Amino acid sequence: MPNTIISVSGLCKSFGPITALRDVTLSVQEGQTTAIVGDNGSGKSTLIKLLSGNLAPDAGSITVEDREYPRLSIAQALQMGIRTVYQDLSLDDCKNSYENIFLGHEWMRGPFLDRRRMKREAAALLGRLEITIPDLTEPVRVLSGGQRQGLAIARAMLQPGQLLLLDEPTAAMGIRESHQTMQLLRRLRAEGHTLLIVSHDIYQVFDIADRIFVMRAGRCIADIIAADSSPEELHRLILERERGAVE
Amino acid sequence: MKQFFRRRATLWMLIGFCLLLGLFLGLRTGLFFTGKNIVNILEANSFKLLLAIGMTFIIASGGIDLSVGSVLSLSAIFTAITLKQGVPVWVGISVGLLSGVLMGLINGCLIHFTGINAFIITLGTSFLYRGLALIVTRGTPVSKMPAAFRTFGCGDILHIESGVYMALAALLIAFPLLYKMRWGHYITTLGGNPQALRRCGVKTGMWRISTYAVMGFLAALAGIIITSRLNSAEPNAGLNMEMDAITAVIMGGTPLHGGSASLAGTAVAVLLLGTIRNGLTLMSVSSYYQQFITGAILLCAVVTAELRERRRRLH
Repeated sequence: MPNTIISVSGLCKSFGPITALRDVTLSVQEGQTTAIVGDNGSGKSTLIKLLSGNLAPDAGSITVEDREYPRLSIAQALQMGIRTVYQDLSLDDCKNSYENIFLGHEWMRGPFLDRRRMKREAAALLGRLEITIPDLTEPVRVLSGGQRQGLAIARAMLQPGQLLLLDEPTAAMGIRESHQTMQLLRRLRAEGHTLLIVSHDIYQVFDIADRIFVMRAGRCIADIIAADSSPEELHRLILERERGAVE
Repeated sequence: MKQFFRRRATLWMLIGFCLLLGLFLGLRTGLFFTGKNIVNILEANSFKLLLAIGMTFIIASGGIDLSVGSVLSLSAIFTAITLKQGVPVWVGISVGLLSGVLMGLINGCLIHFTGINAFIITLGTSFLYRGLALIVTRGTPVSKMPAAFRTFGCGDILHIESGVYMALAALLIAFPLLYKMRWGHYITTLGGNPQALRRCGVKTGMWRISTYAVMGFLAALAGIIITSRLNSAEPNAGLNMEMDAITAVIMGGTPLHGGSASLAGTAVAVLLLGTIRNGLTLMSVSSYYQQFITGAILLCAVVTAELRERRRRLH
């Protein structure tokens, strides 16, 4: 039985009158790829924001390395090796690729930024992850969607981490870019990294995930082992639930 | 090489325009290229350069500071009042500089902790600081400074006032601070994508607040130089100077929404605006027109910068 990297218990989060998460309990096992699927407004992104320290839960707890936290700050999450690739990628378009990769973890030479070292190490990291960016000194606004996604993943992989959270990693991407990103995620999975992916795309999720949690209206309504299920079954499950809600 | 010029297109355009203008004024008036006139331009714009350097930091960080003129005035008054107590000159100057930093800190803290737009906050503090300057002085200038203080801002070094050297020193310090050090790296990221910085575990408050503190320091230094030159601290000093600083920064190629900065562009733009004013004076153009022309230049700079930004986004 693999170790549990992170688990959440009874997580609740509301924004004024809107309840985004209700009593969510789930766990992520070491070396596995776990996916969270659900429709818009089901609470997937809110859950990612709670795990990455961007939001504080109203109730419940997050357990990392057998220690229970009522909430995590961003710094705490990063310190515990929880790296996040946000849906908006959180890149600074005005900065170049290596500056974005090292943002918050710059190499310094005395009081000055060691740009040469950052560039060299960024090139090595991107090479290891097989992410092709022709010119690391160009501002990232000129990069394609796939390259930007690759850059955000590379930034998350810069520091040693135990869990990589990815919020909609292929949203708003073309077929080729989406394929590139999925290839990268498959490679990370094969290397034994623990991934937690939030996605709309059920077929893509089945392609990569070992375990799938289904969310609807802020609740975690199903916990599925991917090998024992199929995309059609998952579709049916979500649709039945939605129909049930309408009725 | 081509990329070097492409990335600095605005700067080269400004330098070219400055040279052309100089040539025109030289031919038109015959007085422009005299040593005295060049020194006059430098001296008249030294404190404006200080304000523009600070404003470059602020705008690069995605903010704006409309209280610069008021900070300048109030810190100059604090300096003058302290000096009137008979304290050593360095104490008076320190009080002025610290008061400028404090006003900057107040601006930065209000902007960061309330999350209210910098435009509104600094508009409010602008009235607050100016009002305080009027209350403290009852509207009358504080004059007759000690002789030692006068040499601080307008002491003669190689026939150029010391204020010019201070502005140049500030510019020389600003370059590595902005382009080579973590401070500049983070404040430009604040303008580019503050969320990215926060999500990388960087506490953005300290960096944002420090930007306004630096602006306060530079405004206070400018106020002290003006007081030293005029031998008097006036509650109405620095009126509309924030607009001159903003014009220079935008003209210099720093985008109004921040994210990057062109310090060299700012310095050349200050020089260009100073040259235009000097040229208009040499050609005996009324000061009313000078205001009008500065306004027109600001509008042109903002429109050009916005069009340039849109074109860049399209590409």
